[in-house]
Amino acid sequence: MNEQDQPLQELRQIKKMMERSTKFSSLSGLSGIAAGTCALVGIWFVVQAIAKWKQNHIGNLNADRDELATQLLLIAIATFAAAAVTSFIFIYRRCKKLGIPVLGMSSGRVIINVAIPLFVGSLFVFRLATSGTYELIAPACLIFYGLALVNASKYTLDEIRYLGFTELVIGIINLWILGYGLIFWGIGFGLAHIIYGIIIWWKYEKNGIYE
Amino acid sequence: MNNPIENLNKTFDSRVRLGIMSTLMVNDEINFNDLKQLIDVTDGNLASHIRSLEEIGYVKVNKGFVGRKTNTTYAVTKAGEKAFQQHLGALEKIIKTMK
Repeated sequence: MNEQDQPLQELRQIKKMMERSTKFSSLSGLSGIAAGTCALVGIWFVVQAIAKWKQNHIGNLNADRDELATQLLLIAIATFAAAAVTSFIFIYRRCKKLGIPVLGMSSGRVIINVAIPLFVGSLFVFRLATSGTYELIAPACLIFYGLALVNASKYTLDEIRYLGFTELVIGIINLWILGYGLIFWGIGFGLAHIIYGIIIWWKYEKNGIYE
Repeated sequence: MNNPIENLNKTFDSRVRLGIMSTLMVNDEINFNDLKQLIDVTDGNLASHIRSLEEIGYVKVNKGFVGRKTNTTYAVTKAGEKAFQQHLGALEKIIKTMK
């Protein structure tokens, strides 16, 4: 480093410190790819379960709805758990690599800002389910998830903001095409995660460098 | 025309002090451990730099509690903010004259 570069280096250092202290940048694109894949596998299981149930109850679709509902709920929980665990593993690895605490000030802000819309959203979806408004469940999940991402995006990578908008658009379209929730979930939770995962990986991780 | 390098603030010569100030400019307050992790320095080193910034009046210290544990947080003062802005302005000028 020669003397001419010094002010520039210093400004870069200032910028880096400002970003590091306000943004949680150690998201991993692989997390998005993993979560998206889990979602697609989960949806495949749901489609299988519904097909099998329909085959067993030809002409009597009102029977045994509880049995199917329990099955679907279990698949949903397993999918969510698998997505959460796999994405956490990749974020954890990335944090270790970059020397950023997994549970620090910057990740804490992301978690809180994701949690608020998601918590309200899950109450809302719970009421939709218990009041029998099943068709609105899929768009509601996508919309609240999109809002959570947009809300938290100012504390993390910019790409998360666009992922949030993508989820919102998909959720809103779903509002007018009710009854195709699984397809929209596949696009929103599956494809969108995988695509943004690849973008983030390509942009920040491909060469093993950051910034 | 005066030399823009003279406008650089000597206080911000050190990487640690520059790091402390940059972080405090964009955060309302921050505690010791978070600051330590961000800047990646030892306890003693960070403490001595914070003390010197506090003595000049650029940083203020708030001693509080989280439950029973002490939680000391740091924030930038008005004077610190102004000094840092001036330092940034000086850096900008230097870069401009280099072009």
